[in-house]
Amino acid sequence: MENSTLISIEALKKIFPTSGGKFTALNGINLTIGKAEFTGVVGPSGSGKTTLLNIIGSLDTPSEGRAVVLGQSISDLNVKQAALLRRSKLGFIFQSYNLLPVYTVFENVEFPLLLLKLDESQRKKMVLESLEWLGLTDKIKSKPAQLSGGECQRVAIARAMVKKPEIVLADEPTANLDAANSHNILKTMVQLNNELKTTFVFATHDDKVISYLKRKISLIDGKVLKDEIIKN
Amino acid sequence: MIRFLFKGIFRDRQRSLLPVIVATIGVMLTVTLFCWLNGFLNDSIELNARFSTGHVKIMTAPYAKHIDQVPNDLALTGVDTLMKKLKSDFPDITWEERIHFGGLIDAPDKNGETREQGPAIGFGIDMLSGDKSEIGRFNLVKSLRRGRLPEKPGEILISELFSQKLKVNPGDTVTFIGSTMNGAMAMANFKIAGTISFGTIGMDRGSVIIDLKDIRSVLDMDNAAGEIVGYLPGNYYDEAAASKVVRRFHMLFPPSNDEYAPTIVTLSEQNNLGQMMGQIKQVGGFVVFVFVLSMSLVFWNAGLLGGLRRYIEFGTRLAIGEDYSHIYKTMIYESILIGIVGSITGTIVGLTISLYLQNHGLDIGSMMKNASIMMPAVFHARITPLAFFIGFIPGLLSTVAGTALSGIGIYKRKTAQLFKELEA
Ligand SMILES: Nc1ncnc2c1ncn2[C@@H]1O[C@H](COP(=O)(O)OP(=O)(O)O)[C@@H](O)[C@H]1O
Ligand SMILES: [Mg+2]
Repeated sequence: MENSTLISIEALKKIFPTSGGKFTALNGINLTIGKAEFTGVVGPSGSGKTTLLNIIGSLDTPSEGRAVVLGQSISDLNVKQAALLRRSKLGFIFQSYNLLPVYTVFENVEFPLLLLKLDESQRKKMVLESLEWLGLTDKIKSKPAQLSGGECQRVAIARAMVKKPEIVLADEPTANLDAANSHNILKTMVQLNNELKTTFVFATHDDKVISYLKRKISLIDGKVLKDEIIKN
Repeated sequence: MIRFLFKGIFRDRQRSLLPVIVATIGVMLTVTLFCWLNGFLNDSIELNARFSTGHVKIMTAPYAKHIDQVPNDLALTGVDTLMKKLKSDFPDITWEERIHFGGLIDAPDKNGETREQGPAIGFGIDMLSGDKSEIGRFNLVKSLRRGRLPEKPGEILISELFSQKLKVNPGDTVTFIGSTMNGAMAMANFKIAGTISFGTIGMDRGSVIIDLKDIRSVLDMDNAAGEIVGYLPGNYYDEAAASKVVRRFHMLFPPSNDEYAPTIVTLSEQNNLGQMMGQIKQVGGFVVFVFVLSMSLVFWNAGLLGGLRRYIEFGTRLAIGEDYSHIYKTMIYESILIGIVGSITGTIVGLTISLYLQNHGLDIGSMMKNASIMMPAVFHARITPLAFFIGFIPGLLSTVAGTALSGIGIYKRKTAQLFKELEA
């Protein structure tokens, strides 16, 4: 583990109200994640991976316990503060890419910078730089519908990386990709992790992803079963 | 940011084209209806002003009170001096003396016995003095159906319908039977110079038009007139200008004990025209209100459907770091844009239709054969300055209100829930 702690979770519980009563999706999680980690939350479907990532990403709040991300306790943030945290410090990558279909590749990647109110020349420089990392410079003017799945996910990564966030949260990023594309994307992310020291947190049950992880947190029924450093 | 969103909305036809079309149609209907109401109001006012009320009218108080019975025994007297005073004190107002009268028109056979007879509504107006302004005001040249206009005393015009009813033609002689100003029986023969048809319901049945001098001598009304009508410069009725004339008149003719002293009323105080103007304005307001309401419902629903389509977009934008209120605000901005574009196109289309209706009109005469009120038989639209803006009320209000309502539906969902829907 690296020296400075970015994410610190203590006795975290997430209980969802259901039609039949309550459902405990996370049941007492304790963990810390430091700078420049390349960590995966691994477990079968329904084990609570997405719920955990959503809380770290301030899209959801803990029912009990604490989740402190970049020095801010998620429970204490109001919606505006949570949005500010996501806007300035966090990047998201989804299984289904979630690109905005009416916008070009350039515009999709530009969007987070518009929210940060950067000026046009600065935006252009950062977008082009990010597209270059992902090898997308020749697709600038394409619309998502004209791209392959692998290319779409690259655009999504470029969008997450463009503002150089502290933490990137990637929920099943390879689930819709074939093996070649999955490896390709993972290699790029490893490289970004090395060069920019961005912290990556995955939620996955894909062995291809797991093979790139430097740390594997195994989750079952909302509990951490194992937390191991992987040395390749 | 705004530019970015507007780029998106124009690329997404379902979000731009359809709402713009809906807004356009609603705005177009509002503008057209508004212009049409205005035209109807304007035509009715103009028609009444020309034939009946003037922009202001001077009568004796008792005459005004019983005006329906055309009580010429209560007419203004000493009209010569009154007219001179009016012309010098109100140089920009056009004053005309008129005598309205009732009576019978009798069409005799060869032996002088009554062949046909009918009640007449008479207009005594100046046709022979050389001043053609009353001829113009009654639109006599264009309304002439057969024969010609009167050229010398003893000649009259009667309405075409009336001539058919009496089976008389230009050149025939008819007898007018009525009562003089003093209550005696009046009887005179007139030669029909021509027939007229005004295209105005109520004016085309039993009208008889006689030169003012002629009717004065028949009714014993020398130097008298039932009414003096006044027309504002520009021949356009303006309530404020008319009221100004009234105020000035009251200053120049202070109230006196003479029961037959001249009094003045404005157009809106006659023939229920003021009430009609008020009602038409209310109808106009109601039309706008109905369009705002119904279009808001359409946009509310369209917004909800659009919101469903845009869950992925909203969820993603939330994740990227927008907050709800910002997304909500941008939805409102989008609706304002749609509203403005729809209002502009709708106003352009509506004004185009109205311009056509203003120039060509819509003939409702055949639908209104039996109406007795004085109403134009051809409806014209009339474009007023307000017509350029009125459409923006339903155009903008409905798009924004509809979006605001549907936005609340989306706004109420919790972040995580929206996000879950996004995952699925
Ligand atoms: N909003 C919710 N309401 C009720 N139950 C939920 C909700 N979100 C997740 N769950 C439940 O919590 C459990 C964990 O879900 P999730 O974190 O999505 O698992 P994973 O990502 O590991 O597949 C699942 O059983 C799921 O049904
Ligand atoms: Mg999941």
